[in-house]
Amino acid sequence: MEIFFQQVVNGLSLGGIYALIALGYTMVYGIIELINFAHGDVYTLGTFFSLAILSAIGVSGEVHGPALIGIVALAVLSAMLLCGVTGVLIERLAYRRLRNAPRLAPLITAIGMSFILENVMQLWRGPSPVPFPQVIPNPSASFGGVVVSAKQVLVVGLAVVMMAALQVFIYNTKLGKAMRATAQDRDAAQLMGININTTIALTFLIGSALAGAAGFVSGVYYGTTWFFNGFEAGLKAFTAAVLGGIGNVAGAMLGGFLIGLVEAVATQYIPGGAQWSNVVVFSVLVLVLIFRPSGLLGESLPEKV
Amino acid sequence: MPARRRAAVTIIAIGVALLAFPFVDRNNAQIDFMANAGAFILLALGLNIVVGFAGLLDLGYAAFFAIGSYSYAMLASQQFGIHIPFWVMLFVASGIAAIFGILLGAPTLRLRGDYLAIVTLGFGEIVPQTFLNLEKYTNGPNGISSLDQPSLFGKAFGFSATPYYYVTLVLIALGIVVASNLQNSRLGRAWMAIREDELAARHMGINTTAAKLSAFALGASFSGLAGVVYAAKLNLVSPDEFQFNVSVLVLSMLVLGGMGNIAGVIIGSFVLSFINSFLLPQSTSLAHAAGLVNLDFTNYRFMLYGVILVLMMLFRPEGLIPSRQRKAEFHEALSDPTLAAQEQAEYSGAAAAP
Repeated sequence: MEIFFQQVVNGLSLGGIYALIALGYTMVYGIIELINFAHGDVYTLGTFFSLAILSAIGVSGEVHGPALIGIVALAVLSAMLLCGVTGVLIERLAYRRLRNAPRLAPLITAIGMSFILENVMQLWRGPSPVPFPQVIPNPSASFGGVVVSAKQVLVVGLAVVMMAALQVFIYNTKLGKAMRATAQDRDAAQLMGININTTIALTFLIGSALAGAAGFVSGVYYGTTWFFNGFEAGLKAFTAAVLGGIGNVAGAMLGGFLIGLVEAVATQYIPGGAQWSNVVVFSVLVLVLIFRPSGLLGESLPEKV
Repeated sequence: MPARRRAAVTIIAIGVALLAFPFVDRNNAQIDFMANAGAFILLALGLNIVVGFAGLLDLGYAAFFAIGSYSYAMLASQQFGIHIPFWVMLFVASGIAAIFGILLGAPTLRLRGDYLAIVTLGFGEIVPQTFLNLEKYTNGPNGISSLDQPSLFGKAFGFSATPYYYVTLVLIALGIVVASNLQNSRLGRAWMAIREDELAARHMGINTTAAKLSAFALGASFSGLAGVVYAAKLNLVSPDEFQFNVSVLVLSMLVLGGMGNIAGVIIGSFVLSFINSFLLPQSTSLAHAAGLVNLDFTNYRFMLYGVILVLMMLFRPEGLIPSRQRKAEFHEALSDPTLAAQEQAEYSGAAAAP
């Protein structure tokens, strides 16, 4: 039983990262019905951006005391800002022109953008895994044999805080209302005086910024990254978004944690373990789409003619 | 009909040139390149049926290529002591691939376009991973090697690429005939109707389930053929040959050449193979000669695919050599008077001709 609960703890921290990435997928899909394939790579960029910031200010190991908070805040915020800007640029360059094109056209450009970003990162930091400094001291506490480390608390805590903030933003601010209106009916929203382009750009800004935060967190959590990291994480996060009900912010969070749990438990209990975890996650995706295509929290919409 | 005669002359000229190629150019490396390019043309022709004709964006097409290759590796080698001849395996493997096309296609039938893309991508990840993990049967990451040599009239193919080149040539010719006949068949028209509007197609009485499944099956069978030839020529299969980037490579070939148009697809796929195998290594050695020792363009070929996908979709989504329907689809014929007029002229011309 201890092993099971340990895997639950591990799964929740894994899920926190997936949930943060899944939010970006779900927001973008909600507003322009595009699977933003490049989103996983924006997440990896987040790790590289925060790594660059940390090396720029000369941090290469554990930091203690009040400086820690400052440094973590600096790294997270700058990764979020840079990723947010990247996301807006991607939307401007690759997706905006195709907003009224057949649906598959922007999906294909999104795959193209993903390949371009991966290669830019490969050019920048090389093809091998890059170590990430262990900034955060990592004491752990044991609860009846189940070990919880400070990093895990950080991952889950940050994910929950960001999601709560996002929820407040979407439901309690004017810009959030504009976003919801645009998602519901773009033309009607435009007639009501909402600037569609700004609203969509804002969606990309926020979604990509969350991916940037996830990028920093994953750097700290795994202690390493490489240019291709975002492909798999992106796929799993997308699975999470679909599982929760795409377009639904709370669903993305739920889905993220569930996928993390499924992966951790599958790694533990399926013979051969880790090798099969991807197969398990993608099978979940296929099953959800077949039996409940609108996800756990999504509402099913009739097909538009 | 001068236009038709000109086309026939062109086709015969290209055919003769291709048949004569190994006699003119005795460099085995280049014939080998041509045979590999041929395998990718087969893949592109197959994917074109699924994506170009039926409009089902399959992002895991490499899975069927893997299934074709592994079928040959398991049924024609020392692995299990089964030795089915190469020529029989061409049929067997394309059959197996077609069956998997149906098996993997069936769950996606109800899904909308972009969800279908992601599920096929999932299958594209699951299949090679399964081959990697079933170490007992597939030797895991090492793959299966020393596959049976094909032979014709008792003469083994050996290490020369020339016989493989001719085999792919014949298969491509067959593939072109099959694909173009399919395109003009009842089934082909059903695919196009589904691509343009699935709901409307269903209401017109098209059995969309059967049409979609046959697109998956026929598309997969092409990659089964390509897999057998590729595996036999390489004499080895391993799971890392069938990653996601192979699926994207084949998709880029389609997007570059023009989805839905057979000639376009062939040219797109040849051009990309050429860039991959000649242009990038050549520019790398040029760069090295110029003193840029650390520059290796071949490492950035995926950047190139990405750029192709983005630029083509933004500026010429119908591809270099588009099919008329696709062009109309992307440029909305009804709102474009010149295109509508052209369409009208061609239609009435075609109606008057016979």
